[in-house]
Amino acid sequence: MKLILKIWRQKDAKSSGKFVTYNLDNISPNCSFLEMLDILNEQLISQDKDPVVFDHDCREGICGMCSLYINGRPHGPDDAVTACQLHMRKFRDGDTIIIEPWRAKPFPVIKDLMVDRTAFDKIIQEGGYISVNTGGAAEASSILVSKKNAELAMDAAACIGCGACVAACKNASAMLFVSAKVSQFALLPQGQLEAKERVKKMVKKMDELGFGNCTNTYACEAECPKLISRSNIARMNREFFCAKVS
Amino acid sequence: MAELNAKVPSGPLSSKWSRYKDHQNLVNPNNKRKLDIIVVGTGLAGASAAASLGEMGFNVKIFCYQDSPRRAHSIAAQGGINAAKNYPNDGDSIYRLFYDTIKGGDYRAREANVYRLAEVSNAIIDQCVAQGVPFAREYGGSLENRSFGGAQVSRTFFARGQTGQQLLLGAYSALSRQIKLGTVKMFNRHEMMDVVIIDGKARGIIARDLITGKLERHFGHAVVIASGGYGNVFYLSTNAMGSNGSAIWQIFKKGAFFANPCFTQIHPTCIPVHGDYQSKLTLMSESLRNDGRIWVPKKKEDAEANRKGKLKANDIPEENRDYFLERRYPAFGNLVPRDVASRAAKERCDAGYGVGPTGLAVFLDFKESIGRLGKNVIEERYGNLFQMYEKIVDENPYENPMMIYPAVHYTMGGVWVDYELMSTVTGLFVAGEANFSDHGANRLGASALMQGLADGYFVLPYTLQNYLSGEIKVARISTDKTEFAETEKNVRQRLEKLMAIKGTKTVDHFHKELGKIMWENVGMGRTEARLKKAIELIRKLRAEFWKDVKIPGTPDELNVELEKANRVADFMEMGELIALDALDRKESCGGHFREEYQTEEGECLRNDQDYKYVAAWEYKSEGNFVLHKEPLVYEEIEVKQRVYK
Repeated sequence: MKLILKIWRQKDAKSSGKFVTYNLDNISPNCSFLEMLDILNEQLISQDKDPVVFDHDCREGICGMCSLYINGRPHGPDDAVTACQLHMRKFRDGDTIIIEPWRAKPFPVIKDLMVDRTAFDKIIQEGGYISVNTGGAAEASSILVSKKNAELAMDAAACIGCGACVAACKNASAMLFVSAKVSQFALLPQGQLEAKERVKKMVKKMDELGFGNCTNTYACEAECPKLISRSNIARMNREFFCAKVS
Repeated sequence: MAELNAKVPSGPLSSKWSRYKDHQNLVNPNNKRKLDIIVVGTGLAGASAAASLGEMGFNVKIFCYQDSPRRAHSIAAQGGINAAKNYPNDGDSIYRLFYDTIKGGDYRAREANVYRLAEVSNAIIDQCVAQGVPFAREYGGSLENRSFGGAQVSRTFFARGQTGQQLLLGAYSALSRQIKLGTVKMFNRHEMMDVVIIDGKARGIIARDLITGKLERHFGHAVVIASGGYGNVFYLSTNAMGSNGSAIWQIFKKGAFFANPCFTQIHPTCIPVHGDYQSKLTLMSESLRNDGRIWVPKKKEDAEANRKGKLKANDIPEENRDYFLERRYPAFGNLVPRDVASRAAKERCDAGYGVGPTGLAVFLDFKESIGRLGKNVIEERYGNLFQMYEKIVDENPYENPMMIYPAVHYTMGGVWVDYELMSTVTGLFVAGEANFSDHGANRLGASALMQGLADGYFVLPYTLQNYLSGEIKVARISTDKTEFAETEKNVRQRLEKLMAIKGTKTVDHFHKELGKIMWENVGMGRTEARLKKAIELIRKLRAEFWKDVKIPGTPDELNVELEKANRVADFMEMGELIALDALDRKESCGGHFREEYQTEEGECLRNDQDYKYVAAWEYKSEGNFVLHKEPLVYEEIEVKQRVYK
């Protein structure tokens, strides 16, 4: 395949960036999107040019590190996959592909396509846990969880924290991410004791960090590589409301 | 020369750990606050250790190279975690989990460590459930189990095909709680470059801030390395792109012995290699072998027709299929341990029965179980894996059998540690895949998660405390001290040396070359001649690397190529040690298969007379290593030939 790539290049957080065009030839359709970028970088290095910086690690769709905005969509044109699981067969020979970093104020660009997502860690640090010390746990079989709730909790817990939901949202809202964690614990008996405090603290932190509000466009759900449902947002809103009034 | 003393407590096997805990030294809460601990790595072992130690009141600093601690590669573990709960009432016990693990490791693991692992396994499940890990449940609300390779009981707990993710997020949440409380300080996008040793004790690390390129000095009364395995020495593996062996290689150079480096695990069920540009291999969980049946065509002409694309798997009739695992190992069938399954697949492919375009693949077929259980049950159990397969291969595995082939997955070898998980350097502890301790020559499925969390939640909090009880009078050492400055200077010099090469070939070029040498000569089947050849080739490649590698940019900025070069430089040395260890071990056991040493049926031929020991290597200088032996003594278990027939 022949490709024309328009890639966002930005030296560091302070510099302003711009699109740079690269031509690439001889790309196998079975190549993954990141492997295509590897090939580009090999060529750039041999031409004494600065390789394109992008985040990636596991390359099997689970670590949540890759974060490319491809042709106007987080993780690109294929549904329910991260950029590392996207394959070039989803493009056509001769295509122009535009590659940008996540664009959201709480995720500042570090270099090129790499952004800083520590804001997500900060939200989890506010209350995305059940406060149990090591060794203080009761026998596992003493806690029963209905299969239905266990499955729903797992659906929510499948979030990989990549930030595609924020990148997809015109308001850069983190509601899907935060609600997935809130939901996981709200659905389990273990999470009940701290449920009210948890949702209040996490939402407060989310607001503080500059994530926008939810205006129910559900772009987050549409672009989520792990198919996290917007019903989690509804559940979080209910949890939040109940916590506020009680 | 350091002495190899495993410090295994005396007394009967089943009471060693409780005796240790009863008699160990403690640190009172006031003193805990005055003690600093450095943890490198935020996977299951590192994150759980840091969280637990923070909860106890120690000051912890934890480092990872990724943008967030939640990215560590434990996250990719799919199938499950073992524990001896015996909820299915199928005859499991601590002893049986211990026995299966020793046997699965082909009698090359230390008995006392493995027993302790089995003993704490149940507490791990309790801990994770309390954290809100959404394990699979039965309709009555109780925890569900499934089976894994090498066991005849169902003792594996799981969260769909994302067990590692859920357990890591559990540890990450505990870690996040401690970060908020201020007991743990997180350093993301930092790479450990070297350990600082003062008066014979580990006292800190030099870390590189990957964004600014700045070298930093960090003090700790003790240092814990939980940086994972070194499978990426093979270039193509199921490891993450950034997974590296540099932390363990640096401490090896500082006096920590490296044990059983040749014990590397090739996982039988991975998506086959399909092109030169490929950057990694994707695992298809072992749990699939619960319901999938592995086969190749019985007739060579059918295999050949399939390779040419003329005959589809579904068109090969039942009577012309060879379910070779079920045929060779009727007792365990498709659930034989990984090393056995991998070699059996390789044997069929080498004999000309391989399928797929390259001929390096076998089928993993779900037709029968879909017929028996329905598609929805299979989807519920393995949906995400099937989706992953379809995305990568572009073929629907519900309709066509998957094609799979073995790939490098895990390293049982690692830094030698004693019963307390301390290396041969005082105050330097090693946990999780980075140490060698529990899996012998082959790890059973669903045991890596168990070991990572056992080390972090339930072993280090005790043993580290025991060590630190002797350090309470040591005031925090200033990082201005000569040893810090010297170590930092050496790190800087190495980076400058790499940058100064200004050669013509990229880092990836060298890494791929190294991977080829390793896979072809130090992979699934090893011979004396090929191992010797590998050592020669690696030395040549290493010399070329230091003359001709090309790294753009400078060391004082974000420089991905420099990060990679630094890791590959270490792999270049590590590959040689792996080959050397494999050469030295003139027997076959577990994942280490020397073709010269096999039974008539092609199974591993162990030599307990001469090789029932842990090979612990000491670093002298580049390419110059000295072998020390820790004899393996089995008090509780009768050492036998491993039989899965």
